[in-house]
Amino acid sequence: MTTLKSESVDIAGPTDVVILRQKVRAWSIELKFSLVDQTKMITASSELARNTLDHGGGGRCLMEMVSNGARSGLRLTFEDHGPGIPDIDLALKDGYSTGNGMGLGLSGSKRLVNEFQIASKVGEGTRICVVRWK
Amino acid sequence: MERIPILRMGNFLLVTIQVDMHDQLAMTLQDDLTNAIANYGSRGVLIDISSLEIVDSFIGRMLANISGMARILDAQTVLVGMQPAVAITLVELGMSMPGVKTALNVEAGMDLLRELVSAHRMETGDDDSEV
Repeated sequence: MTTLKSESVDIAGPTDVVILRQKVRAWSIELKFSLVDQTKMITASSELARNTLDHGGGGRCLMEMVSNGARSGLRLTFEDHGPGIPDIDLALKDGYSTGNGMGLGLSGSKRLVNEFQIASKVGEGTRICVVRWK
Repeated sequence: MERIPILRMGNFLLVTIQVDMHDQLAMTLQDDLTNAIANYGSRGVLIDISSLEIVDSFIGRMLANISGMARILDAQTVLVGMQPAVAITLVELGMSMPGVKTALNVEAGMDLLRELVSAHRMETGDDDSEV
């Protein structure tokens, strides 16, 4: 997979979530995503950025326009140095929440993207990588 | 502080969300709307989200909360103008917004709101003309 362009966005406050959404929207349009695909990717980025902020205590998102030869897509990697997730399977369940949300952030955004990878270590942080292909 | 305006029209409150809301703005709207319902004794709330490009779980929950809180305060809520791509994404995300009344546009929403309010008055026998 080759990276065509990339940008790192800090997620330190609620307005950063809005800024990231707008950047993801602009890149999705540049990649000529359909309106539904744009909406799905922006929504997934919003959910994951909020997780980074609320559960990870802030972090950053690496945005990458990628190509695997045949297709191009948008890859987002969210990283925080928060408390980490002790039980990832449980965290990926619909309706499971440690905060006061609906517990749809992780499980829901997984359904909105084509690829979803999560790695987390208790006490070190969490890294979530998602890709949506054109 | 940044706020989303709430318009009062007779017994109804009208809200048009036209900005990409950050979470605090959504919470402020929730507070402002419930306060306005209580202060004005409003019977109906119409929320127009036709300019919203996304509704994520946080905003979806806020909209469902407003509807639930309004019901407890004896007011009906109708959500109008959701874009098709937003509806598709919201359901895939896992939020089907049960209990939230919707209409395609503002006009249909106002009709539904009037119907809901008059039906609710008949049910509870709380008709102004009978008092």
